[in-house]
Amino acid sequence: MTIAARPTTTTASQPAPKRGFKFTPGVMIWPAMLYLILTTQVPFFMTVYYSFFKYNLVIPDDRPFIGFGNYVSLLTNPQNLLIVWNTIVLAGGTLILTLLIGGILAMLLNREFAGRALLRTLMISSFLVMPIVTAVIWKNMLLNPVSGFFSWVLSSLGLQPVDWLAQFPMASVITMITWEWTPFAALILLTGLQSLPDDQLEAARLDGASPLQEFQHIVMPHWAQAIQVVVLMETIALLQVYGEIYGSTSGGPGLATTNLPYFIYQKAFAEYNIGLASAAGVLTVILTNILAVYLLRMISRTSASNKGG
Amino acid sequence: MTTIQPNTGPTKAAPSGGQSKSRNQLRNTLLTIVTYIIALSFLFPLIWMFMAAFKTEAQAIASPPIFAFTPILENFSNALSGYFPALKNSLIAAVGSTILAFILGLPAAFALAVYPTARAQNVLTWMLSTKMMPAVGVIVPLFLLFRNLHLLDTLPGLILMYTTMNLPLVVWMMHSYMTEIPFAIYEAAKVDGASVAQEFFIIALPLAMPGVAATALLAVIFAWNEVFFAVNLTSSDAAPLSVFISSFKTGMGLFWAQMSAAAVLTVLPVLIFGWVAQRQLIRGLSFGAVK
Repeated sequence: MTIAARPTTTTASQPAPKRGFKFTPGVMIWPAMLYLILTTQVPFFMTVYYSFFKYNLVIPDDRPFIGFGNYVSLLTNPQNLLIVWNTIVLAGGTLILTLLIGGILAMLLNREFAGRALLRTLMISSFLVMPIVTAVIWKNMLLNPVSGFFSWVLSSLGLQPVDWLAQFPMASVITMITWEWTPFAALILLTGLQSLPDDQLEAARLDGASPLQEFQHIVMPHWAQAIQVVVLMETIALLQVYGEIYGSTSGGPGLATTNLPYFIYQKAFAEYNIGLASAAGVLTVILTNILAVYLLRMISRTSASNKGG
Repeated sequence: MTTIQPNTGPTKAAPSGGQSKSRNQLRNTLLTIVTYIIALSFLFPLIWMFMAAFKTEAQAIASPPIFAFTPILENFSNALSGYFPALKNSLIAAVGSTILAFILGLPAAFALAVYPTARAQNVLTWMLSTKMMPAVGVIVPLFLLFRNLHLLDTLPGLILMYTTMNLPLVVWMMHSYMTEIPFAIYEAAKVDGASVAQEFFIIALPLAMPGVAATALLAVIFAWNEVFFAVNLTSSDAAPLSVFISSFKTGMGLFWAQMSAAAVLTVLPVLIFGWVAQRQLIRGLSFGAVK
């Protein structure tokens, strides 16, 4: 999973025809590869390059090379560690919640009942909503301390209304994003369950397996791949959460909901600090790759030991 | 956790007599009710938004909330003035980037599926790994580059970035669909002297059309919903729906009914697409890993 342009030589082994254009398999792969290299790898290396300079767009001509200066100032400022922590809490918290709620929903939806097909179809809805719509609707109509729906629920229960985004900013943002991503987890996990043949469960029951044993030894191994997909896709997506924060808290109050993407956006487009934003971008890429690879390893190890035991 | 049976086959009630049968039935009914409650609570924010779109501003913001009201359409006509230019931009960016991603991705998917070299899997993995490149890792140089090339706030600029976003998806999905075409068909064509181009245009493309439709739908949805590039690379001329909606972040957010109407107009096309193509959506969202 390296970012480096490793397999660029893939098609070099194809003997290139000397006379004119020929429609070979190798030629067919190149345009896509070239496009991705030009729009992801090249800009990334430029980001790495900019990260070694003190470079602000306000003073574009004064651009001294400062080596790892941007990285040092990023990593030594305790405030920035909070931002890394926020990024991980937001992604990790949402991932765990979506797996839990999604898993329960998947099991509930994997039963025969009236309206099941309709519910399953409607379930995907919140995942399809544009993140910025999620943010403005939740911020204004649900979480507003005066006339938001949740405040009305609290006050009709005789409780004090709560200014959710001010008092519990991170929990509110996680709730919002969990609302978006739970259908994704639920539906992927549901397809995993549906691949489970009925007679396996039946056999286990006849052998006197308890529901817990049943879950651990029969359901889980079948779920391993689905869980792997959910964890990988969500990790990549949740480390990049931006629209939901941009549309609701703008990273606040203070830095309470500022994650790395939002921090970089602020540095680059509000403070024009290209050097520092680039260094933070490089760190985000490294963090994403480490987490994704580590999680994948962990999952494949767990599922392997599950199958063995 | 233990009370939720992952599968209710007809076998379950078999072993014991009538009493446990009715207990099972009761439990089933309870579980169904729980399912409906969870599902409805997930749908509630959307239902609430749809209702507010048809209320007056005073009704929308009223506390305690109003559930019964005479629906009006005024909010939609108010929201339309900002909506149409943004809709046009969203449509062009989403459809344009999807077409470009297919032009680039279809041949690659075909070659990787039908002529797999030793490194084909590496190429696929590498393409997927570009998805692990957060947009923030490339946004700064792209912004500077776009500024110099006068691509900022233009639709071609947006299309270029959305193509990057959707190209790995197109290659993976179409690869997965094309490997499902029986290899014997290609073999027969080869025996008849078909060229690589003929195999691609005459055999693979027509047979993979259902896959093309499902993948295109997903690519359009992703581009339609994208926020980061839209906010940072466009401002007015090329601003798509996501930028239009973000104007309701603050000031305009006080007008709940109008905001809801704009949100409904933005969300509804994607919702309808998604409901119709739900099955294919799951396959696409998992990059073909879950079918």
